[in-house]
Amino acid sequence: MNWNDVAVLLPEIIVTIGASLLLLGPFLRRKPRPAGMSLGLGAGQPAEVSTGDESAKWWMLALLVITAISLIGVSWAAEGLALSAGFSQMFALDAFSIFFKLLFIVVIAMVALLSDDFLRESRYSAWEYYSLLGFALCGMMFMASGVNLITIWVGLELMSLSSYILAGYYKNEEKSTEAAMKYFILGAVSSAILLYGISLIYGVCGSLNLMDIEKSLSTLISNDALMFGIMLLAAGLCFKVAAAPFHVWTPDVYVGAPTPITAFLSTASKAAAFAIFARIFYSALHDFHLDWSNVLATVSALSMIVGNLAAITQTNIKRLLAYSSIGHAGYVLLGIISLSDWGIRGILIYTTVYVFATLGIWATILMMRRHEYAGEEIDDFEGLSKRAPFWAFAMVIFLLSLGGIPPTAGFIGKYYLFSAAIEAGYGWLAIIAVVMSAVSIFYYFKIVVAMYLREGKEADMVITRPLQVVGAVALAVTLIFGVLPAPLITQVEQSSHWMATRAAVPHVGR
Amino acid sequence: MIPTTWFLILGAILFSIGVCGVLTRRNGITIFMSIELMVNAVNLTFLAYARQFNQLHGLIFVFFIMAIAAAEAAVGLAIFISLFHHRETIDVDEANLMHW
Amino acid sequence: MLNALWLIPAAPFAGFVVNGLFGKRAGKSFVSAVAILGSLLAAIFGTVAVFQYHALYPHGERYVDLVYNWFSSGNVGADVAFQLDPLSVVMLLVVTWVGFLIHVYSVGYMHDDTGYFRYFAYLNLFLSEMLILVLGSSYLVMFVGWEGVGLCSYLLIGFYYKTDYAPAAGTKAFVLNRIGDFGFLIAMFLMFAYFGSVDFARVSQLAAGGGVEPWLLTAICLLLFLGATGKSAQIPLYVWLPDAMAGPTPVSALIHAATMVTAGVYMVARSNVLYRLAPDAMMVVAVIGGATALFAATIALRQWDIKKVLAYSTISQLGFMFIGVGVGAFSAGVFHLVTHAFFKACLFLGSGSVIHAMSGEQDMRSMGGLKTKIPHTYRTFAIATYAIAGLPLASGFFSKDEILASAWATPYFPTVGKIVWALGTIAAFCTAFYMYRLLYLTFDGKFRGTHEQEHHLHESPSSMVVPLWILAILAIFGGLLGLPEIFHAPNFIGSWLAGAVPEIPGAHHLIEIPAGSEWTVMIVSTLIALAGWWVARSMYKDKQLDTDRAIEQRVPGLARAVENKWYVDEFYGATVVGPLKQLSIFFWRIVDGIIDGIAAMLGYIVAGIGDLLRFFQTGNVRNYALMLFAGVVVFIWIFT
Repeated sequence: MNWNDVAVLLPEIIVTIGASLLLLGPFLRRKPRPAGMSLGLGAGQPAEVSTGDESAKWWMLALLVITAISLIGVSWAAEGLALSAGFSQMFALDAFSIFFKLLFIVVIAMVALLSDDFLRESRYSAWEYYSLLGFALCGMMFMASGVNLITIWVGLELMSLSSYILAGYYKNEEKSTEAAMKYFILGAVSSAILLYGISLIYGVCGSLNLMDIEKSLSTLISNDALMFGIMLLAAGLCFKVAAAPFHVWTPDVYVGAPTPITAFLSTASKAAAFAIFARIFYSALHDFHLDWSNVLATVSALSMIVGNLAAITQTNIKRLLAYSSIGHAGYVLLGIISLSDWGIRGILIYTTVYVFATLGIWATILMMRRHEYAGEEIDDFEGLSKRAPFWAFAMVIFLLSLGGIPPTAGFIGKYYLFSAAIEAGYGWLAIIAVVMSAVSIFYYFKIVVAMYLREGKEADMVITRPLQVVGAVALAVTLIFGVLPAPLITQVEQSSHWMATRAAVPHVGR
Repeated sequence: MIPTTWFLILGAILFSIGVCGVLTRRNGITIFMSIELMVNAVNLTFLAYARQFNQLHGLIFVFFIMAIAAAEAAVGLAIFISLFHHRETIDVDEANLMHW
Repeated sequence: MLNALWLIPAAPFAGFVVNGLFGKRAGKSFVSAVAILGSLLAAIFGTVAVFQYHALYPHGERYVDLVYNWFSSGNVGADVAFQLDPLSVVMLLVVTWVGFLIHVYSVGYMHDDTGYFRYFAYLNLFLSEMLILVLGSSYLVMFVGWEGVGLCSYLLIGFYYKTDYAPAAGTKAFVLNRIGDFGFLIAMFLMFAYFGSVDFARVSQLAAGGGVEPWLLTAICLLLFLGATGKSAQIPLYVWLPDAMAGPTPVSALIHAATMVTAGVYMVARSNVLYRLAPDAMMVVAVIGGATALFAATIALRQWDIKKVLAYSTISQLGFMFIGVGVGAFSAGVFHLVTHAFFKACLFLGSGSVIHAMSGEQDMRSMGGLKTKIPHTYRTFAIATYAIAGLPLASGFFSKDEILASAWATPYFPTVGKIVWALGTIAAFCTAFYMYRLLYLTFDGKFRGTHEQEHHLHESPSSMVVPLWILAILAIFGGLLGLPEIFHAPNFIGSWLAGAVPEIPGAHHLIEIPAGSEWTVMIVSTLIALAGWWVARSMYKDKQLDTDRAIEQRVPGLARAVENKWYVDEFYGATVVGPLKQLSIFFWRIVDGIIDGIAAMLGYIVAGIGDLLRFFQTGNVRNYALMLFAGVVVFIWIFT
């Protein structure tokens, strides 16, 4: 270990320290809180809203800005190195990880803004909430940078543990607690499955480092332990990205969790899971593509079919988006299955595009949030075009983007993924994907119908400044990258270059 | 020396017992203990391989797993306490507010 | 102007943005000024561009204005680019000027509507998207416009959302169009996969270059045509168009008669190189077109709603256009598109004027005798009816005749061509009949409405009448654009559009119609049209409603089947929508753990619905865990 290593790790160090300091936030105030507040799931909470919580948001945003600046600084310093791996090849600061880390920081900032109103109404401590978000961010950053299965797994667990707590943050609400319980049990089970997979891969390859695994696999002929390992690993990862048949937790948890946390789960946490999914399968396991691709193709097809068909009949918009997110996981898996430069670009582009469109939708949903759980039925959108024409229009754009209609950004992402699938010889999968995105338009259109073609209710809306910011950013990204995708594509080509070349390395062993 | 395979088989058996526990028990804590059993089966597998390779990586991973399992336990217990607040039971079958 | 073709769609788009943002607070005069300015600017820009284009490229070469590179990776990519060539010039002029007239008309028609600004914002957005559709230089840009006009169409169909049928009609249009768009998308993916491009010229060039497998071209053409059947309301996806009449009448005129629904015809004409290399696909187009033309015309025979008659008439006329492009007479198909835009827009606007005068009444049984009450509407309506019926020397006469003559003489599939000709000729008879039935029932005889309606009868304001007259004049003289060869007069539109139909090896070029068959076909269709008119006149001019009562008594079953549109809607409801819903519910229930894992799934299938209630233990986390493990087992099972 040397100082260079520490410098590479600077953004993560900042997030860790910052998130820990946020926990101390309540003690910085003049009037001390009653005891029990510093435990996320402790017993009591104070009766009145305290003004101190207001500043938590700003501290959180400041922390994120500092992290982003340090990340950019560090990445400039590390420029020129295709892959700068620190800490005995545990941690890499490459273009791929920087892309995802920046995405995570932006998304967490947007989630923090989405949470503002919720925290004010719910009277739970904002400090702990933001601190947990910070730790989740730290975990995701480690996931993006991990080139060793230990790092990746620890990062994954840090993110998951934070999200279990966040899902149950509304602890007065039984649904929220139940969501946390389901998420926790299933998450722990999937984590154990994932670990078992890792242990078997370790047993075959004798190393946990992705590069070493790649090396030893290149001379290896298929064997049962390895196959079991890969399959268990894939199953664990599929759970995290909510791909069928490991998606069962998604609808319940999305519905039960507080809406901003649902936004977090459906965007950041999914993107992080896809980052490690891509990293592991592209850089370490590509030699066994023939073996795992069929399984993942089945998963992808199943996710697209189940997610999109089940979404049709939903009336609760959180549940609808949960199923739709299962379908989107199926699309992104196309990028992993195709194992090509187009595929990895597709993953990066689609993740970005999907994340922003989804955040925009959540922002719009939160605008209609009344009394904890209202604003969740499709009916609540009725007449939105009258009440808030701009946001109704923005919602249409977000939905079009999710449906993959040009000229929104979603089309570009789908285009890359589907083309990658066709190019890789998975024409049948691409056809399922096109059919299912046609189906998905049906239920997205249901929301449009409610907004534009129905008589509105006289419900008022809470269009706060933070929500407007999130919605506007998401709208701008969705439209700009749809109309002018060249900057995004150039960036993605650079960021995915190294991974794409790894995937192209010919197999020596067979 | 005991061959590595034996450890692996024991690990697989423990893992399966854990799986059965998760599937059959209704008490939240017991389910969680079963999950811990699965995790420990993985630990055993790691240790067996690490011994075979005479290597530190596997051992280190086991320490990480233990540490994180402890953190997981803390989170899990907190969630179950919270669940108990609402329902006065931690029978997971009782918790089905959300469905289809 | 040629360097900035994007300004043409941008002008109405700006109108949409301004009206969308400020229209609610601004007054009606502001809204209409912005909207009309947007459409007028588009028309002026378009016309200027056309003149410049013609000066620079008198032989109809393709001019492309590259806006920027949309995205590219490796050797595959797509540009945002607009193009002018003879085909898009024709479409551009029709869309902008007819669009402008209808904007003007709408000011009068929508005057008392509360959703005034919304209406004009949508209408401007529609115009902008339609211009993107016709100006785009690749299938992808075209698809952007294609989806955009679709969205506007659904929103405008559902414009009167307080009624219970309008939102349903919008949804129906949406659903059926999705099926069509799916075909379009797959076709584009095939082009990307096999040609590496979706640019019109590039695709044509690669397809004509040889070495492309015939099945691929046929597949692409059929998939594109599937898209066209959705957008242009052909069998089997036509059922949305009659319902689309739920929208405001000017919208029916602009979107569902003159412009958007012809996009499918435009697309087929645009892809003429692909189609000519895939004669099988052309035959499908021609046969579907012929069948639709006849089928929809028979339905129109017994409709009572004035707009429904016109809607089925539109479907039927679109069928004629598809006969034209299907038999290889691309310029004839587009020519009919143009003349149809004139007379059908005139008819729809006229019907709007009638409805306006009748205080919203659309049933012909309550009309009659309007001839003297609304004379301008009557005269323009009569002129347009004359044109659509194909009576001599009006626009519809020439365009329909050219299509039928081409069908007769087509070199691609001579026998089938004759059959298609026969279908078209019978449909032409029906057309003359139902149009004159409509005219006589509405304007002749005695007034059958209530006293209150009679009291309110009034001619429409001049903002509505002037567009009517302009369109009526075009409907009469539009035919001069494309006089047949036997008249020894220049066929402007034919020679103009020849530039868009390049000669390619291994395929026929333009259709040569022998003078003899041209004369025969022309005389036959004239006689047929006259017969249709004469029958309608003798049945309806004096007897009015008595005739239909008599028909019903004599042949009740058939009459009812026609009146109920051959029960197609019911068929769709039973076969498509129902099962889809069932399937969805099936997945929804299973997947979410109502059923205890795989064993219970089997139980569900075996034991049936009776036992289903037993498994309604929902949201159980242990069932979820079981599914997780089952998933792992399935993984390993697939694997080994």
